[in-house]
Formats: sequence, C-alpha cells, structure tokens
Amino acid sequence: MSSDAARAGPSLRGARLRFSATFWRRPWVKALALLTLPVGAFVVVYIGSLAILFVSAFWTVDSFTGKLQHIWNIDNFRQIFSTSDPTYLRIAGRTIGIAAAVTVTDAILAFPLAYYMARLASRRSRAVLFIAVLLPLWSSYLVRIYAWRLILSSDGVLNWALNGVGLPNANIAYTNWAMWIVFSYVWLPFMVLPVYAALERIPESYLEASGDLGAGGWRTFRNVILPLALPGVVAGSIFTFSLTLGDYVTPLLVGGAGSSFIGNVVYDFVGINANVPFAAAFATVPVMVMGVYLVVARRLGAFEAL
Amino acid sequence: METRATRVGLRVWTLLVVLFLWAPLILVAVYAFNKSNIQSWPISGWTTHWFSVAWHDPDVRSALWLSVKVGLLATAVALVLGSMAAFAIHRFRFFGRESVSFLLLLPIALPGIITGMALNSFYVFAQVKFSIWTIVIGHATFCVVVVYNNVLARLRRSSPSLIEASMDLGADGWQTFRFVVWPVLSTALIAGGLLAFALSFDEIIVTTFTAGAQTTLPIFILDNLRMGQQFPIVNVVAFVVILLTVIPVTIAQRLTADTGLLRRDTRRTVVAETPGSGAV
Repeated sequence: MSSDAARAGPSLRGARLRFSATFWRRPWVKALALLTLPVGAFVVVYIGSLAILFVSAFWTVDSFTGKLQHIWNIDNFRQIFSTSDPTYLRIAGRTIGIAAAVTVTDAILAFPLAYYMARLASRRSRAVLFIAVLLPLWSSYLVRIYAWRLILSSDGVLNWALNGVGLPNANIAYTNWAMWIVFSYVWLPFMVLPVYAALERIPESYLEASGDLGAGGWRTFRNVILPLALPGVVAGSIFTFSLTLGDYVTPLLVGGAGSSFIGNVVYDFVGINANVPFAAAFATVPVMVMGVYLVVARRLGAFEAL
Repeated sequence: METRATRVGLRVWTLLVVLFLWAPLILVAVYAFNKSNIQSWPISGWTTHWFSVAWHDPDVRSALWLSVKVGLLATAVALVLGSMAAFAIHRFRFFGRESVSFLLLLPIALPGIITGMALNSFYVFAQVKFSIWTIVIGHATFCVVVVYNNVLARLRRSSPSLIEASMDLGADGWQTFRFVVWPVLSTALIAGGLLAFALSFDEIIVTTFTAGAQTTLPIFILDNLRMGQQFPIVNVVAFVVILLTVIPVTIAQRLTADTGLLRRDTRRTVVAETPGSGAV
C-alpha cells in the first residue's frame, strides 16, 4: 500500500487514500455526508412547505385588507362542509364521482388488454404492446388533453365520423362526459401496467390444476385468475383515482361551465381570490379521501401488487 | 383454456384499446401540418409553414428556452440528490431508512396541486421572488425520485464485492468510483436523467404555482388554449413536445432494457418499487 502511494509520488494521492480510508472505516460519516444534502433539502423545502400549507388551513384572510390573519379557527372547514350552502360539497362530490367512474372505466378497458399481453401475446407482440402502452403514458399529459379538444370539438373528428355513418352530432365537448372520456384516456396506462404485472405472475400450474379439477374456462377465470389479479386492479385504481382527484387542467380545458373540480377551486383560491387558507383547507379533502382509499387498498393487498 | 372466440375477442379488444391510446397522438401530429388555421377535420391541406412560424415566434422561443433550461437544471439537481440518496440507502442500514424512501416519493404520491400549492405558500412565506430557480426547485422535488429509483435498482443488481475488490487492490475512493462504480451506473444515471428531463419538460401543474409570470412551453400551450388563440402554433408546439418527451423515454428504455426498469417505470409505479412503498 505504502509503496503504491510512494510510486504515485505526490502526497495528493496519500491524502486521497487517507480520505477514502476515513470514509471506509467510519461508514456513518459517509452515510451522513451522502444523506444530509438530499434529505435536508427535502425536509426543509418540501416538508416545510407542506407544514406551512396545512397549518394555514386553520388561518383566515381578512376580507377587507386581504391580509393573512394568524388566528386559529375552523371556519374554512365549516364553509366547505356546510349543508346550507352545498357548493363545495357538490364540487367534492363531482370530483369523487368522476374519479370513481374513471377508475371503473379504466379497469374495464385495461383488463382484457393486460390479459392478452400477459397470457396470449407472443414475446414479440408483448414487447410491442408494452411500448404502445408506455409511450402515451410518458408523452405530454397536457398535449393529450389538447388532442381530445380537437377530437370532440363541433367540427372535429368525432362528429365527422358520426356524420359519415349518418349519425347526428354528439355535442359532448365541454361537458362532464368529455371529462370522463379524457380522464379515462390519460390515466389508462397507469391501470394497464399493474394489472399486467399481476396477471403475469399467476403460475401456469394453477390454471392447469384448476382444469384438472374439472373447472371450465369461465370457472377458472372467476375462481383463480380474478382473485389473483384483483390486487393489481386495486393498485392501478390507486393511480387512476388519485390522479383524477387532484387534477385541475382537464376540467379547465375540456369541462364546461359548472364542471369545476376540487383542484379548480383550489387553483382559483390561490390565484385570483388570494385566499390560500381556504385553498389549503379544501385541498385536505382529496388528501383525506386518498388516505381512506389507501387503507382499504392495503387491506386488499394492493401494495404487494404494485 | 380460452376458447377460440375468447381469443379473437381479446385480440380485437386489445387492438381497439391501443388504437384509443394512439389515435389522439397521431391526430396532434397531423394537425401540426394543417394548412388552414381553422381547426376542423378533415384538414384542408398539408404544410410545414407553421413550423417556421413557430420557430421564429419570440414567445415560443423564450418559452422553449426556459423549458429546456429548467429541464436541464432540474435534471442536474435530481441526478446529484437522487444518486446520493440511492448510494446511502443501498449501502447502509440505519434507523429511518424506510422513511427516506417515503420522503423522496411523497412529491409524486401526493397530487401535483398539493405540491404546487405547498411550494407556492413556502415561497410567499419565505418571501422568495419567483425566478427560474423556483421552478427548478418545484420540478426537482418530483424528478429526484426517478433518478433515485433507477440508480438504486442498478446498485441492487451490482455486486458489492466489486467495490471491496477494488479497495483491496489499492484503489482510492475516486479510482473506485471512476473505474468500478461509474461503468456500472452510467447507463442508469443517463436513463434516470432522461426520464427526469422528460418529466420536467412537460410538467404543468407544479409549474403554474412556482413560475409566477414566467412562461414555460406547457404554460404557453395552456395559456393559448384558454385564450383560444394561435392554434396553428400550438399544434406545432404540441407535436414538438410529444417528440421531446417520447425520444428521451425511448432512449432511456433502451439503456435500461436489461434491468427492465421501464417495465415498472411509470411516474407512480416507480414509486411503488421502493421499500417505502408499503407506507404510501
């Protein structure tokens, strides 16, 4: 070791060796050196921000001066859950309802595709399908929403195709139907991938055993495949549900008047209305809903399927 | 076990769903070459005229330039922080190890609007002026986890005895890194970086809360869509954005084909790969 260092000549190398030896002998120094920056940055900036946000949910904004008042109260939450003026409850209901509809739609669209990929497709076509599902997922989310504006607009592709086969125009641009379609579209890959992963993991021998015991195709599907694939579906539903719940761009671009989501209200209250406390309070609703959803999903074994 | 009819049915269904996934993207590509400035279907003719209009548009240029800068800076931050954290998590067992993973994936696990709002109130609270750095910080929060996951997955597959052998043969820390660790990691880092760039480049939700009055390319698109103006330019920009996100992802997928990283690499399923996922 020493001869090696001597051959290297300058004491720089010796210093370097001593330096690395220090780290090697005291791993905790190295761990600390590696972790301080990323964890520190995250705790200060990110966790700090979240803390400020959720604390501010219990503050108010002075309606005259527009200044933030650090007085603890639950008025924001009272306004959100008010039954005499159910504006915000209705918006929350719409958000959760569409999120649920999107989740079910995506499960129905994705399952046969994932099944085909996992159990029937050849190696080659499986690889092709993989790319076919993956690339839309990564390509711009905003652009994909925009594509649907082009499709659904009154002189767009949809009406052109409908008129082509002699059907009247479908006026679904800027409606809840449009939001339902677009959300189902943008989040679909998030459902396909976990369902595929779950289906792929089912050992062939289970299906043979089921067949040997006299079960037909349908029975095997219902009693063997479906229960084993369910965690995958639930895992996918976490994404489709949570992503829809927190979105505000889709309602903005393809929803009509009166199709605001929780996200839109939050966005407006941060921006135009300059009432961050109320926005923060309303933003806790999707977080709480997701919390409950995740507890249920965990029970169904979704985390193992992720 | 499937009957013939089931097989055919499944194949047709698969085909239709793939068509559903791709038709809108292809449509955007077609509209980018639309001769008319009216957005009706079928398009009236083909032209590349709008590409040069978009290219010479000062707003598009500055938005593109800002997006590229933000993407590169956020990727750089993500590469440094993400690989540091991955090294530490891979190498050491310590109290709170799981929570580090959980911490890093929070920005992706929570809705973007929460992250955006939180950072926004942080900036207001700390009286930070909106600048390119406020956007970079916003993007870095969710880019770190992508690099972290790629590097960690690669480290888990590489043998720790390689590093020990290198040290035994007298290499110092730098040499070990240069000749042993780097060759193993380089493609994972490049892939992680490309994915981080792709994420940053088309991000809109966190950006609207952290950009102030600045305009990134996605914000340019969103603003014009809301105002209903400059559609031909928006079409071109949208097409370019698709290319600029799809190309890095395709390269990244090639680079990590052996690890099959992208198999699980969705913004969120990535997340689930890590040890902390149980706590999400």
